[in-house]
Amino acid sequence: MKGFIIKEFYHIFRDIRSMVVLFGMPVIQVLLFGFALSTEVKNAPVAIIDHSNDQVTRAITSKLLSSGFFILSDQVPGEGHIEEVFRHGKVKEVIVFESDFAAKLEKDRQAGIQVIADASDPNTANLLVSYTSAIINDYQQEYLKGMSLPVTVNTQSQMMYNPALKSVFMFVPGVITILLMLITAMMTSISIARENEMGTMEILLVSPMRPIQIIAGKVLPYVLLAFTNALIILLLSYFVLGMPVKGSLIMLLAESLLFIVMALSLGIFISTVSNSQQMAMMLSMFALMLPTILLSGFIFPIENMPLPLQIFSNIMPPRWFIVIVKSIMIKGLGFRYIWKETLIIAGMAVFFIVLSIRKFKIRLE
Amino acid sequence: MKIIEVENLVKKFGSFVANDHLTFSVDEGEIYGFLGANGAGKTTAMKILCGLSSPTSGKVMVAGYDVYHQTEMIKKRIGYMSQRFSLFEDLTVWENFQFFGGIYGLPAAKIRERTTELLGRLGLGGEKNRILGSLPLGWKQKLAFSVAIIHNPSIVFLDEPTGGVDPITRRQFWEIIYETANQGITVFVTTHYMDEAEYCRRVSIMADGKIVALDTPANLKAKYNAANIEEVFLKIARN
Repeated sequence: MKGFIIKEFYHIFRDIRSMVVLFGMPVIQVLLFGFALSTEVKNAPVAIIDHSNDQVTRAITSKLLSSGFFILSDQVPGEGHIEEVFRHGKVKEVIVFESDFAAKLEKDRQAGIQVIADASDPNTANLLVSYTSAIINDYQQEYLKGMSLPVTVNTQSQMMYNPALKSVFMFVPGVITILLMLITAMMTSISIARENEMGTMEILLVSPMRPIQIIAGKVLPYVLLAFTNALIILLLSYFVLGMPVKGSLIMLLAESLLFIVMALSLGIFISTVSNSQQMAMMLSMFALMLPTILLSGFIFPIENMPLPLQIFSNIMPPRWFIVIVKSIMIKGLGFRYIWKETLIIAGMAVFFIVLSIRKFKIRLE
Repeated sequence: MKIIEVENLVKKFGSFVANDHLTFSVDEGEIYGFLGANGAGKTTAMKILCGLSSPTSGKVMVAGYDVYHQTEMIKKRIGYMSQRFSLFEDLTVWENFQFFGGIYGLPAAKIRERTTELLGRLGLGGEKNRILGSLPLGWKQKLAFSVAIIHNPSIVFLDEPTGGVDPITRRQFWEIIYETANQGITVFVTTHYMDEAEYCRRVSIMADGKIVALDTPANLKAKYNAANIEEVFLKIARN
């Protein structure tokens, strides 16, 4: 058994391609998702048309600009030319104060602000408008302080678990899931398919080693590697991207191990149905990577999918693992909140192991 | 002593009969040639003898063990080399021997001793640290054969061991086979090269799942009035 593991490590470490896949991919993906693909809005250029320029509008403007979400654009469109600045794409939002703002507020108890956002990027527009309203509301509260008023309703919104709405919180669980899934399932299926293709599997099967020992010897190194990978990703996201681990780290690692075992059994299953390395690779790519990205709720919310896809997403193992990772890392929840997902993944692992063993036996006949 | 005894071996896949009442035996230390056209049922029979597959019916004993219940014991006593060259290309010669010695459960000291001995016999002791993939095919095949007998099996099964090898290497390969047989290891070999069949002590020829001829090459040539085994083979195939 020891010899088996040593041999497998030779295979991996002597093949530059598998080394790149194993260790390059996690680092690159985490950094890409963490830095490049950000959905947060910071320093959005905003143009302000201030028709009154009194102490109230100036106070609101400085409050907006000091929030960190906006920077003042040097483009100041004239009335009626607002669309033009959007067309150039240099401004994401335009705020218009009506004339005599402070005076109207004093006298009529109301004054108008117009917020116009570039919704060709709907997510950003949405965020910007809600930031703006929140800041103006905030100012309103301050302004009203000390005045006697009939009734006011204060809305206090709080973004639980991720108050800063950092996108890292969304990507890291997804990236961990994708990588563990791909690396373990793809690498194991390819390495077993290679033994089949090269004819070495035959020699191993004729030896006194039991099939179960052969398979275990083949997959154990990948358990170690995938686990190392999970650690690398976690360390990177903790130290480089500032991703917290609010719950138990031990539990997170244990759940990762369970997911790795599941992915491995899936990899073994793929190798039993494919007869070449290429086929194993294609199957892992198409059967695993795309659904993992698209249907696991990693990027697109499952609730928004059409019903058939929602039902289909239930059989995607990553879907459940992402929930587990989010619950532990971001919400800091304990095991009693994730036992259901854990059970589902464990069930899938058992299912694929049984299926592979049966397939394996049939092939031997 | 008989090292392989087969009586009325039948193997069916559904309604297809791959092995139809095979009966033959192989003596200890013998070189036994197992011939037949593609699809005649050679590989199926060989898989059964190696414990990879079980027979539908019939009695099959290998190295004194029963293939129905004692495949674990059989696997310890046999060596196997397949038609596809099958050592690990990205490991060195030495690492390949270590690995295969290990899966047969040999102790580390024994593996080192056998590796040095076998490499010495091939005259490849100086190549032990080379990556296998960089060696010529003929060398690889000799190495694969040495790996198949690293655990001193009672029988070694060779499935078309000389496919794609030049005539000189084939000749050298057969010299090694002879040497191995002289040490008491039984050699059970399938081949497409009919001249190689002449090197065997006895050969059987299979057609359509049955053994249609079994004797020494000399007796077969006499019986079929042929100049060589190839002619015997063709005469049988035509009927």
